[in-house]
Amino acid sequence: MMTETADTLEPSVEALPARLKRDMPLVPASSIAGRALIIVIAIMTFLAALTAGAAMLIAGASQGWRESVSREITVQVRPTPGRDLEAEAQKAADIVGAVPEVAEARVFTKAESEHLLEPWLGTGLDLGELPVPRLIVVKLKEGAPPPDLPALRKALVDKVPGVSLDDHRQWLARLGVMANTIVVVAAVIFALVIIAMAFAVAFATRGAMAGNREIIDVLHFVGAEDRYIASEFRRHFLRLGLEGGGLGAALAIATFMLAGAVSSWWAATPSGDQLEALFGSFLLNWRGYAVIAFIGASIGMVTGSMSRAIVFRHLHNLS
Amino acid sequence: MASQIVDLIGSADRSMVPPQLSAKVPQVVRFENVGLRYGMGAEILRDITFAIEPQSFQFLTGPSGAGKTTLLRLILLALKPTRGFIKLFERDVTTLRKGEITAIRRRIGVVFQDFRLLDHLTTYENVALPLRVMGRGETTYRAEVVELLRWVGLGERMHVLPPVLSGGEKQRAAIARALIVRPELLLADEPTGNVDPHLARRLLRLFIELHKSGTSVVIATHDLGLMDQFEGARRLVLGDGRLHIYD
Repeated sequence: MMTETADTLEPSVEALPARLKRDMPLVPASSIAGRALIIVIAIMTFLAALTAGAAMLIAGASQGWRESVSREITVQVRPTPGRDLEAEAQKAADIVGAVPEVAEARVFTKAESEHLLEPWLGTGLDLGELPVPRLIVVKLKEGAPPPDLPALRKALVDKVPGVSLDDHRQWLARLGVMANTIVVVAAVIFALVIIAMAFAVAFATRGAMAGNREIIDVLHFVGAEDRYIASEFRRHFLRLGLEGGGLGAALAIATFMLAGAVSSWWAATPSGDQLEALFGSFLLNWRGYAVIAFIGASIGMVTGSMSRAIVFRHLHNLS
Repeated sequence: MASQIVDLIGSADRSMVPPQLSAKVPQVVRFENVGLRYGMGAEILRDITFAIEPQSFQFLTGPSGAGKTTLLRLILLALKPTRGFIKLFERDVTTLRKGEITAIRRRIGVVFQDFRLLDHLTTYENVALPLRVMGRGETTYRAEVVELLRWVGLGERMHVLPPVLSGGEKQRAAIARALIVRPELLLADEPTGNVDPHLARRLLRLFIELHKSGTSVVIATHDLGLMDQFEGARRLVLGDGRLHIYD
């Protein structure tokens, strides 16, 4: 019988069936657990990317606030009995304007100063009887070193009674603390998400090993090294990780794009203005999108490497 | 045709070793007073002492539950004995490192009673598995896998997944997987248990051809009819945990 079969031997390999699969992964590619893991990784990546993106937006907006505010000084001239407030304000503006680092010193008019009080006092009131101080907004030259503020303050106080100078240092410090706190909280959330995902991947890897115990046994008996088996599992989980990470990152990028588009559309409204003042335009720059893509790819690769390490250790313990 | 088969299965050099020199050739397997128990239970194998010589052919037989599969698993290093001494290819198995165990397993072909084919791989991929795990590229072994598949009569079934194969086809695929590495020792656990007598005779002839080409063959079976077809084979009979040898 056997020789009859041997008689029919056709050594030509060209006759291989076209539909013959020859490179299927040794760890089955599709399973319910695998699909569930892709979804978990996608959600975790999405959350991690949202957190990172939000932190980047806030850090960027905070940097913008700090830069713009640190280039401004406010001089306040309070009304004092028997003195002309307009003249005093102009005198203070002249003193400040003479400083070489100052680009512009603009005195707010009475109407402008009263307008600033409207959010607190409402509109339609006659504020003429109120002692409303006058403000001078001083803009510093771009790139110039900060002026000698103590000397400027002294010069102002000596010549203009009731004047005060605010370089926004306290406000800047508070702003910095707030922004840094938000970034730290975002980093903690990001770390927690990554840790939770690591646990999910570890459980999934152990589950996959238990589910594929038969395959591992067969691979051992046909002469596979632990390293080879671990690499096969790494390839399997790398694929799942990249699929999940890619999906999550793509969703996060789409979310930021949508948020940017909505905020642009909404920017004309008063509430949109306030939101933009706080958080910027909700538009990530290319670096932000690159960071999100990097997070997605990294999560995929970390998933693969981690599962390889777990499998390797498990196989070592088995022996 | 026979020479074709010999060429296919193994090098003719090994079959050319004169019988009188075989005693000097290192033994493939050596068991001395080996015992095995699971947990605190009674010993299921007791004082097992035997050797498997190169190019030898033996049936391992005994009633169901006598420990045939367990003995094969000991040879395959899938189990550790509770006591006794085991040597494989002249190496004391207790001194083997992990990588050396893998190297020894690559010298052993095994046909499991339940085939243990991977259901998500095609018949072709299952047969090629031992070569693939060695790190060989698919193009380097394609021809020999196809040739072996055709030789065992699975040339038209190489693209099929195991769940679609009949019992006999699975059996032949499992045998082809064991033969593809041209092993020095072949362990087959009830290789004819799922096939009709006609195919059983055909498979036995396959093992005999393999033996002639230089491989030591151990076939675990309780099929007396099968054993009677090869009178020259040694019989290792397991009973009550002990091994009796009939040369």
